[in-house]
Amino acid sequence: MTGARGKDPWDRLRAATPARIGLGRAGTAEPLPASLDFQFAHARARDAVHRGVDFGALAAALAPHETILVDSACPDRATYLRRPDLGRRLGPGDWPALDGHPAADLVFVVADGLSADAVQSHAAALIHACAEPLAGLMIGPVVLVRQGRVAIGDAIGARLGARLVVVLIGERPGLTVADSLGAYLTFAPRPGRRDSERNCISNIHGRGGQSHAEAAAKIAWLARAALARSVTGIALKDDVPALAPAGPTRLAERP
Amino acid sequence: MTLYRTTFGGETFRFADLRETLAAASPLRSGDELAGIAAQTGTARVAAQAVLADLPLATFLNEAVIPYDSDEVTRLILDSHDAAAFAPIRSMTVGGFRDWLLSDAATPERVTALARGLTPEMVAATSKLMRNRDLIAAARKAPVTAAFRTTLGLPGRIGSRLQPNHPSDDMRGIAASILDGLSYGVGDAVIGINPATDNIPNAIALIEMLDELRQRHAIPTQSCVLTHVTNAIEIMARGAPVDLVFQSIAGTEAANAGFGVSLSVLDEAHDAALGLGRGSVGQNVMYFETGQGSALSAEAHHGVDQQTLEARAHAVARRYKPLLVNTVVGFIGPEYLYDGKQIIRAGLEDHFCGKLLGLPMGADVCHTNHAEADQNDMDVLMTLLAHAGATFLIAVPGADDVMLNYQSLSFHDIAYLRNTFGLRAAPEFEAWLEALGLIDAGGHLPDTDAPTRALIAGAA
Repeated sequence: MTGARGKDPWDRLRAATPARIGLGRAGTAEPLPASLDFQFAHARARDAVHRGVDFGALAAALAPHETILVDSACPDRATYLRRPDLGRRLGPGDWPALDGHPAADLVFVVADGLSADAVQSHAAALIHACAEPLAGLMIGPVVLVRQGRVAIGDAIGARLGARLVVVLIGERPGLTVADSLGAYLTFAPRPGRRDSERNCISNIHGRGGQSHAEAAAKIAWLARAALARSVTGIALKDDVPALAPAGPTRLAERP
Repeated sequence: MTLYRTTFGGETFRFADLRETLAAASPLRSGDELAGIAAQTGTARVAAQAVLADLPLATFLNEAVIPYDSDEVTRLILDSHDAAAFAPIRSMTVGGFRDWLLSDAATPERVTALARGLTPEMVAATSKLMRNRDLIAAARKAPVTAAFRTTLGLPGRIGSRLQPNHPSDDMRGIAASILDGLSYGVGDAVIGINPATDNIPNAIALIEMLDELRQRHAIPTQSCVLTHVTNAIEIMARGAPVDLVFQSIAGTEAANAGFGVSLSVLDEAHDAALGLGRGSVGQNVMYFETGQGSALSAEAHHGVDQQTLEARAHAVARRYKPLLVNTVVGFIGPEYLYDGKQIIRAGLEDHFCGKLLGLPMGADVCHTNHAEADQNDMDVLMTLLAHAGATFLIAVPGADDVMLNYQSLSFHDIAYLRNTFGLRAAPEFEAWLEALGLIDAGGHLPDTDAPTRALIAGAA
């Protein structure tokens, strides 16, 4: 703003919110530094959507867990963004690597979702952080999915005969946080499960989100409760109000 | 029996029924492709448009796209149809109506008088025969005013919703964003918060904070916490100072059920809000959001294209004579509107349909980070909507909603529309801005930041 004198009156208010307040203006436009900040954040978020996960590095980081890499029915990112139905199904092929595993209590599925950065930064660390709180449970191989949506965990979990599937997936990136990971738990996974039959832990990231240890503790709590009561979803969430997801009142897209 | 077929370039195109014809005639968008109802080819799309063009408008009174017996939105549409208002156009075809709307014979007086005689399907069909420029020209002929503490929709003016969301509903953080918006002259349509935590005590705390801030600064505007309508009913029963009742709505009974609402619940909320009598210059007490793709997202689309369903949501809204309705075009995701081109088109369609049906229609000009869109697309859409006569647009600090994680317009953008095109805020709000020196007599932001400093100091 032109003609400003003295201390910036917004200084004190900026501490109260991450919102882009007190930017000043050039005419009616954002000043160029603010405009470039915004464009940088947008570019970072879009890079997170479109960058591919380095699944080789992820598999290495997951050692000593056995990993299996599969593809969804989406051949590329453009299809993934348009066709959520295909991202929920395994791609063409028999996927023999999914056969012959002993039935597990719990299987982790790691899908790229909408943020490669989230998966690359947090998935392996989170699974390692779950080892202690999940001690005593039979854990199956970790299945890595290219171009996957949450519900592909249903097909994979069923194929492996898992009692419970935990899908770790990159959440839709925002301008402030582009690497937020979500975890979705589904008991008795099989194709056709509804979203209301899952429990979700979201906002796993390092910018004021849930830490790996916090998220691991919640996953373990929910997993043991789900296995004990043979259910996930609304029925289980009702008992754990602190884990209920925030409910922004907006027309929502499905995960 | 109506036959949905035509011959074009020597090729015959057939469509099974009205629903399939409407879907095939809709300009390409990802949501209809996802639903498997989009035209298979570009030529089939044009052929479907030609079929629609020759249909009498009266067809829509005899053939429902979702059966009357199984859907309360269809019943609302047909039972509330005003035959007298429809009379001037009853013998027109869809194509004839399109031509008439774009002619000089279609004056604003004549167009606005038709509203209750138009069904959403008629308006949706007409929009499918229009280019973007036609949607702008025709919507401009259908001004709609509504009022609570401000009067919205007057000629030469554009309203704005100040959206001060915060990721943890921090009261000081929300207040900081409100002060920021007011300093740009934003907020005459509503100061409206999407709460991060949707429960009753939290909503009451936010409603009381907004009301206190409004009264302390004597701001002539209305506030709203966008909580579920059933929460709003309970909150009003507890005596909290509710100005506007909000709800997301859709165009089918099943999709509305997915939102946890029905016409009877909305009736109850509307009656309760009217009973509070809090408006000063008007008693339009409802605020609705709609958006193409919401019914498909709820798996409740009945094979009807998303643009027609959006218009049906507008029919739900108009039952309640709302103060505000906006499409959240661009928010629902690229599986419904893939890129900037589709978002821009949908924004103009939604505005056109809402205005023709008599709604004070606005828009959240917005996009998500996984859509093929950026602020350049938003610039185009906001500029077009301002010229089309949009009742209001949503704005957030720096175009970045830090709670809902998407990009809308910035407060700066509202100032741009006003300064560049001479558009003004609602008169009651404008007088308040001018009295505080936040705008000058020409409606422009002043050269000095003294008024903003005074506003901030007064809020401390």
